[in-house]
Amino acid sequence: MVSDYRISKVQELIYEIGVGEIMQTDLVTVDPRTPMSQLRAILREKRISGTPVVDGDKLVGIISIEDFIRWLADREEDCQIAEKMSKNVCTIYADEPLTQAVNIFQRFGYGRLAVVNREDKKLLGIITKGDIVRGLLKKLEIDHVAEEEVYRHRVKHFFDDILADKVVLLFQYDVVGHDFARAGEGASRLKATLRRLGLAPQIVRRVAIATYEAEMNVVIYTDGGKMRVRVEPHEIFLVVKDSGPGIPDIEKAMQPGYSTAPEWVRELGFGAGMGLCNISRCATKMDLKSTVGKGTQLNIRISIDNEAKSENS
Amino acid sequence: MNLAEIAKILEAEVIVGGDLLNEEIKMGCGSDLMSDVLSFVKSEALLLTGLINPQVVRTAEMADLAAICFVRGKKPGQETIRLARTKNIPLLTTPLPMFESCGRLWQEGLVGCSEYKK
Repeated sequence: MVSDYRISKVQELIYEIGVGEIMQTDLVTVDPRTPMSQLRAILREKRISGTPVVDGDKLVGIISIEDFIRWLADREEDCQIAEKMSKNVCTIYADEPLTQAVNIFQRFGYGRLAVVNREDKKLLGIITKGDIVRGLLKKLEIDHVAEEEVYRHRVKHFFDDILADKVVLLFQYDVVGHDFARAGEGASRLKATLRRLGLAPQIVRRVAIATYEAEMNVVIYTDGGKMRVRVEPHEIFLVVKDSGPGIPDIEKAMQPGYSTAPEWVRELGFGAGMGLCNISRCATKMDLKSTVGKGTQLNIRISIDNEAKSENS
Repeated sequence: MNLAEIAKILEAEVIVGGDLLNEEIKMGCGSDLMSDVLSFVKSEALLLTGLINPQVVRTAEMADLAAICFVRGKKPGQETIRLARTKNIPLLTTPLPMFESCGRLWQEGLVGCSEYKK
């Protein structure tokens, strides 16, 4: 689906974008009287493979590296560029859509096209296949950012459209135990979702940090678990539940710096006994229930209107 | 100070985010303990660290950090680079050790997270 969308998006864009938007305008041109022997140095210095030939301000031809190679292969005497250039210059107007340029490239196999102004036929720039690819990529990237904005907008309105006395959203994320490479994926997806819901950045940050630390604990100490998130207009309620070994002494576990994490976890920058303190700093309210041999449940409440506390996190 | 200036001061190589060098960096922090970063570092800070695993990028993502610079010439693996690309978080690597990296930036006027005032 994604690739289908991209293709149609590109097709749409080549009709939408004008040649003038993506052409190169810092033009290198040569005079028709320039000797062929100097062409190599010009092309190499400017790192280009061809250039328009301009007499005064009139476009008279295009000379490319292929013309140069042909001249070399024929071992002819040095001569003016005017003799070897393509005089039948194919031009395109700056206000034409990209699709027109793509068609010409496809049909005639040219490497570059001179772009001229429709009114006075003056040379404005040139366009190559590379410019088209670059232009499309840039546009797609911009659209991607805009797309995220649209999502956010849509989700915000989605809430307004629901007619109910109470609206509650529920999300669940599964956490795989001992998989350090994937740890944090749940927190990351939740964070993106909350952003789309249009929640304040400092609230999103607090939820993200608390979820991430809780997810880390599940990954480090257990065989896996689940994170359930309930979003209401005034509060976010996170429940992180695992069926791991349980915590024998909760009071101790809550002390900053107390940790039973194995060495490999510490080497990765975690397991320093700060996780639970960190979660509690982000939370408006937190409670931890655990039964040894059965599992642990961590409840975290973060209230949305409580802006004061968010500044500390 | 922007990211380009930081890269120059630290003689750093940009691994990810060559297009984000104009990004303004307001403050810096240096830590190898991700939980400390999550609890004390403010958003939009530059993180200097000796760790190169993907969780460093995750930490930056969760805490809304502006960029990460690896110290003492450490270069991250593909997994870390890939994650940073998808999350649009710039990665730099400097040959300087942690203490000198922090010292140079501070001397040039980049403040720490506890000093930063809005």
